[in-house]
Amino acid sequence: MEKRGLNLTLKIWRQENAKTKGAFVTYPIQNISPDCSFLEMLDQLNEQLVDKIERPICFDHDCREGICGMCSLYINGRPHGNDTGITTCQLHMRRFKDGETIWIEPWRSKAFPIIKDLVVDRSAFDKVIQAGGYTSVNTGGAPDGNAIPIKKENADLAMDAAACIGCGACVAACKNGAAMLFVSAKVSQFALLPQGRVEAKERVSNMVREMDQLGFGNCTNTKACEAECPKEIKISNIARMNREYLISALQK
Amino acid sequence: MELNSKIPAGPLAEKWSNYKASQKLVNPANKRKLDIIVLGTGLAGASAAASFGEMGFNVKIFCIQDSPRRAHSIAAQGGINAAKNYQNDGDSIYRLFYDTIKGGDYRAREANVYRLAEVSNNIIDQCVAQGVPFARDYGGQLDNRSFGGAQVSRTFYARGQTGQQLLLGAYSSLSRQIKKGSVKLFTREEMMELVLIDGKARGVITRNLVTGAIERHAAHAVVLATGGYGNVYFLSTNAMSSNGSAAWRCFKKGAAFGNPSFVQIHPTCIPVHGDYQSKLTLMSESLRNDGRIWVPKKKEDAEALRAGKLKPTQIAEENRDYYLERRYPAFGNLVPRDVASRAAKERCDAGFGVNETGLAVFLDFESAIKRLGKDVIEARYGNLFQMYEKITNDNPYNTPMMIYPAIHYTMGGIWVDYELQTTVPYLFAAGEANFSDHGANRLGASALMQGLADGYFVLPYTIQNCLSHDIQIPRFSTDLPEFKEAEKSVKEKIDKLFSIQGKHSVDHFQRKLGNIMWEHVGMGRTKKSLEEGIQLIRKTREEFWKDVRITGSKDEFNPELEKALRTADNLELGELMAKDALLREESCGGHFREEHQTPEGEALRHDDKFMYVSCWEYKGEGQEPELHKEPLVYENIKIAQRNYKE
Repeated sequence: MEKRGLNLTLKIWRQENAKTKGAFVTYPIQNISPDCSFLEMLDQLNEQLVDKIERPICFDHDCREGICGMCSLYINGRPHGNDTGITTCQLHMRRFKDGETIWIEPWRSKAFPIIKDLVVDRSAFDKVIQAGGYTSVNTGGAPDGNAIPIKKENADLAMDAAACIGCGACVAACKNGAAMLFVSAKVSQFALLPQGRVEAKERVSNMVREMDQLGFGNCTNTKACEAECPKEIKISNIARMNREYLISALQK
Repeated sequence: MELNSKIPAGPLAEKWSNYKASQKLVNPANKRKLDIIVLGTGLAGASAAASFGEMGFNVKIFCIQDSPRRAHSIAAQGGINAAKNYQNDGDSIYRLFYDTIKGGDYRAREANVYRLAEVSNNIIDQCVAQGVPFARDYGGQLDNRSFGGAQVSRTFYARGQTGQQLLLGAYSSLSRQIKKGSVKLFTREEMMELVLIDGKARGVITRNLVTGAIERHAAHAVVLATGGYGNVYFLSTNAMSSNGSAAWRCFKKGAAFGNPSFVQIHPTCIPVHGDYQSKLTLMSESLRNDGRIWVPKKKEDAEALRAGKLKPTQIAEENRDYYLERRYPAFGNLVPRDVASRAAKERCDAGFGVNETGLAVFLDFESAIKRLGKDVIEARYGNLFQMYEKITNDNPYNTPMMIYPAIHYTMGGIWVDYELQTTVPYLFAAGEANFSDHGANRLGASALMQGLADGYFVLPYTIQNCLSHDIQIPRFSTDLPEFKEAEKSVKEKIDKLFSIQGKHSVDHFQRKLGNIMWEHVGMGRTKKSLEEGIQLIRKTREEFWKDVRITGSKDEFNPELEKALRTADNLELGELMAKDALLREESCGGHFREEHQTPEGEALRHDDKFMYVSCWEYKGEGQEPELHKEPLVYENIKIAQRNYKE
């Protein structure tokens, strides 16, 4: 079964490094299979650029199955493109029409400076986790896994929150550049489990303080983060974090 | 080269306790003076670095991605094994040990595997304490599922994202140590060369992937936890950046490479669909709990399916061949991976493949949905079904999935002794990067177990035994001539690659190598295919060094250069894999030599000749590597032909 290839015009953000100015560059590309993924389409463009002795476009990607959280493209004005519940690597070209023009940009946020082309620096997320996204247990000496029963409902809710892949789409989607969905998902995961409750108060205040210091914006409840989250993390996590934060602040 | 496996004396069940009771320790004041480099932030690397940090060592950890949380352990879906026997179904440490040795087709070291089974229970406890949200039942207890190669339910899971949750647990512990300052994190930094001082591993040369800067890092010991080399095949279930280069560079500095030909081909992956394809996507083995694998009984039905003239749902029950259930009544769809993969290949080679290319079989949930209801299936596999639909545009609730085997995991790797130390003193290897616990075939849900066992519960002990000799040795200066020399060789290699200015991209060569590997060193190997493969690999390697084109410069973020350096290594590693496969004139686990099979088409081992680990020693550029053998001695297990029929 021969499927007709797509002919597309790509408008891609190119930027030498963090210090230089960037701009959109236009690249036509022909005969793209509708079954190939968005990143495989970029692979083909890069192959053509190498053929022409030009510099290929830099973009972050790794697992290509929607779990590592590395890919991070802003496509036609939406993080991870025009579909819900997916990462860029899970976006397939069958979602585009023949002759379409596609705009491709990096995440744009104060806390995620551009490294090159479409690659940004998301180390701020690691720093937020380092501020408290853990239970303070050392290796060894843990009690039996079944020693503390955990309500299935809570285990499931914790898993919903823990599904976050740390891609940063929530920040990229937010007009304020807020990281509330990311931070609240981690706070919630631990707040819902008895193992995490022990340090719940310190955790939420430390993580929120770090988040603020790193230049992430504030939440104004536009829910853009929830709409664009590839793992469909719910903003009820933000409500839970606010509650945890309030309790932590009042009980100081 | 001397291979000393250092297996402790005493009965199997007491070896690890005996080791721990008699090993040397390092006191807290001395730990502060000792530095450890950990390469890789997957389950093995992150858990080891976090534990070393907690113990008081100074740790430097490196990853090639932008964050330690991206390591490819994150993609493991199904679960992690442990001998908890929570299900009261007859499990025990011995049974997990036995299943792992048998699953590995009697090509793994007894003492290591027993220790793995022994610490498996601690891993679950540790992860629960870290807040890993494992699946639970309504009583609040941990839930289990079954996996291939076992008759008990011992697999713990967190939906279809177990690897993610375990990795994030290790990443959290690692982050805590980074905050404390005991671990220093280097992201987007790739290991380029191992530095030896007086024959011991004392540092690495790395390349900063953002600036291109070549850097020197010294330590008292180096831990290699950089995963496997499945991407030698180009198309695999590995992440794009997964590579065996760090291991290969250690090999070239004297670390023996164990069983390089032992590669796992996973039976349930989404089939190849085009030339532009960059990777293959795995569908978790857990799907085989409820999915039934079949092809049509009649060739004309298969042909009609391939031509798109017939839908799978139109084929009547009696015209379907559930070939795993037919051939292996006792294990059915839950036979080990190598057996399931070969059976799929056998059916497709016989002309019963079901997609356009004829290289696919069905994985069908119709009867499970009838039996359990759509809700139950959705709760169990919802995210996997969704993932499948996004990729293929087919809805598996209505039509069977199509699957085909793909390269998934490498059992082979850097040879290690009982302490996980390589033949280079002070160089350790953990997780998929080492050769150790899975023999010739790994059972499902055992990779996560091994990675975390090595990192949390083995290395923290064994590395002390080694470093206890070094408490008087001050920090090494990176100005030593050994560092200068290693840095120079890295820079020369990069300059050489840029000087070629050829006509073809790196991917052109890697794809070519991948095809050779899949065709000649793949699922079914013969003397002829391997000999031809070696010639073709050599030819491709020559072409690469004459005709590769790398654009951009070395002093910048340059993924083309990163790929070129890895492909250069793959073109050498591929040859060693083929040589190892050629040497091993038997079939065992994932290594299937077509000349050596039973009348029923099962793998036929030759224990009299090949009950050993093949360990290859590098002898210099252009020289043949030298083979050494570590004999495998089974004192506790009765050797048998693997049988999943009764």
